[in-house]
Amino acid sequence: MICAGTGCVANGSLRVKDALETELIKRNLQGEVKIVLTGCNGFCAKGPVMVVYPEDIFYQLVKTEDVPHLVEEHFIKGRPVQKFLYTPPADKKTIPVMNEIPFFKHQVLRALRNRSLIDAEKVEEYIARDGYMAAAKALLEMTPEQIVNEMKKSGLRGRGGAGFLTGLKWELCARVQGDIKYILCNGDEGDPGAFMDRSVMEADPHSVLEGMIIAAKAINAHYGYIYVRAEYPLAVQRLQLAIEQAKDNGLLGKNILGTGFDLDIEIYQGAGAFVCGEETALMASIEGKRGMPRAKPPFPAVKGLWQRPSVLNNVETFANVPPIILNGADWFSSLGTEKSKGTKVFALSGALNNIGLVEVPMGTPLKTIIFDIGGGIKNNRKFKAVQMGGPSGGCIPHTLIDTPVDFENINKTGAIMGSGGMVVMDEATCMPAMAKFFLEFTEDESCGKCVPCRIGNRTLLTILQRITSGEGREGDIELLLALSQQIKDTSLCGLGQTSPNPVLTTIKYFRDEYEAHIRDHTCPARVCTPLVKFVVNQDKCKKCGQCFRACPTGALKWEKGQVAYIDPEKCTKCKSCIKACRFWSID
Amino acid sequence: MAKLTIADLKKIKEQYHQGLREGGFRVKITVHMGTCGIAAGARAIMNTVMEEIAKSDAKDVAVTTSGCAGLCSQEPMATIELAGEPPVKYIALTEDKMRRIYAEHVKGGKPVQEFALVAGHETTY
Repeated sequence: MICAGTGCVANGSLRVKDALETELIKRNLQGEVKIVLTGCNGFCAKGPVMVVYPEDIFYQLVKTEDVPHLVEEHFIKGRPVQKFLYTPPADKKTIPVMNEIPFFKHQVLRALRNRSLIDAEKVEEYIARDGYMAAAKALLEMTPEQIVNEMKKSGLRGRGGAGFLTGLKWELCARVQGDIKYILCNGDEGDPGAFMDRSVMEADPHSVLEGMIIAAKAINAHYGYIYVRAEYPLAVQRLQLAIEQAKDNGLLGKNILGTGFDLDIEIYQGAGAFVCGEETALMASIEGKRGMPRAKPPFPAVKGLWQRPSVLNNVETFANVPPIILNGADWFSSLGTEKSKGTKVFALSGALNNIGLVEVPMGTPLKTIIFDIGGGIKNNRKFKAVQMGGPSGGCIPHTLIDTPVDFENINKTGAIMGSGGMVVMDEATCMPAMAKFFLEFTEDESCGKCVPCRIGNRTLLTILQRITSGEGREGDIELLLALSQQIKDTSLCGLGQTSPNPVLTTIKYFRDEYEAHIRDHTCPARVCTPLVKFVVNQDKCKKCGQCFRACPTGALKWEKGQVAYIDPEKCTKCKSCIKACRFWSID
Repeated sequence: MAKLTIADLKKIKEQYHQGLREGGFRVKITVHMGTCGIAAGARAIMNTVMEEIAKSDAKDVAVTTSGCAGLCSQEPMATIELAGEPPVKYIALTEDKMRRIYAEHVKGGKPVQEFALVAGHETTY
């Protein structure tokens, strides 16, 4: 197998092949040795490279003049030629190739296709990677119906969380009559632990603009807004620059690319309210009103921004559009599961070794994402659960680690895909306290328009505060369950309809922790300070002294070979010892 | 600026690919500057690169930025690409590390293995 990739050919691999053929004929071996040219081997720096089967011997830096020697030694005498064997530099580990390390190996980049490859502030770099070719194709060669059909066929579902079919949404709006329509991009991202959209806007703003141009053509809109929260200054700055560059180059504005199609896009900076990710609240915010949702129908596709037909898609959804138009629906749907096509971007955070932004095919098991890509749990701790979908989502316990990640399977667990935040938790996480954290967030972010959300969430939080402070009562779990269901059923918008999810899923999978808090007045994860005794468990203590070293107040007494002791007079319950103890021996 | 047509898009694409490969630059340094990178100190890394270039009066080194490279917990990151060789991604950079990389990899052509994460580009669609 001789490598005939560009790198090796440049280094003379084809001449090596000729020399080899001549030599084999000379030795009358042409019937026994078959020469195959392969594609790039990836090891171009050491080219020309070749592999000899059946022994699977890898030769590098093969030169034409060496061929007779090689044939003589290897093919006739059967001895691999040491000189050309690959030897790793002595005692030094070589730099691994990108696709050898698990963090990169399992990823497929589509929405993030330009990740780390282009300068977000140069439109030429985007164009150099096929940028605006899809817009050109859509504007010049496709009718709105064809665009909609291609999108429907691709099976792309909205990446904001709800997972509605993008093509269908566009079709609904395209059918509505109206001379003024709007194309809107949702760049408000408020979930704790989510930063997918921000990264796309920062790293590849033109991909969002291009997706919007294609959608605008499909629904016949000539005006668009990108709604970005003001807490994302870099995203705003790079989008603004991208819009200016696009306008200067005739990629936005009047007569785009000479096709006669007009589209203007403007950025609207939101004040950073979670509820403004909800589409009707977002539109109210752009209209200059308080960001509060309204009841649907009428749907925005019929009556949206300023009562005009509007399509709102999320940043990641738009970033997925250009390659679909360019490569076709079949290309897109070749990855993914039956009902969830393509890839999904996730923001990995929490107790993981590799925190970052990753993109994997739909259907990739949670285990692959957390252990292979995420590199497993930090500090050799055990994996306990993962919170998916932020405060609107739920937690998936360690027992469901094999769940394939797609819309259906995640919904089955009680969590949701959401926009793609994944907060990974280890055994030192207290589930009732975690549910409380998310409830504090939603209670804070509720717009207050409807009673179930405004008062219901407040009440849920009060009960959780009671439980985590050690004042839980019998019946609190049932109360939480009943109230959660009522809030879900009666709230006006997505915020209230999903805010009890963290409570419901933690009770579903970790009910014993709630019971331990309420009945035994203990916090198994040693998180809820009022429930921790700050006493060293004599049986579990390994006498290592780690707690002693960590204690800042001198409350810990320890001598080599002795069980540690905490002086309650001096202890301020700062939890430094609990964090330091690797054996869970502080009760 | 003159408005682009589709033929122009194709031309830009071709020119750009030539430019990156054979545009006279021997080395391309990409500093990854998403919010994660900047928060971890990518600007200081960028400044170090600029200082080193000024110091060595290099005319064949191109410097550019990109957004988040994915592995946020290992920022600041930078990619060094020597003409004709696979790019090398460096992680958890400091100004001192960057200076050494500049001396050994950018000038000397030998990657600094201990700071490097991986070689090569990511597989995109």
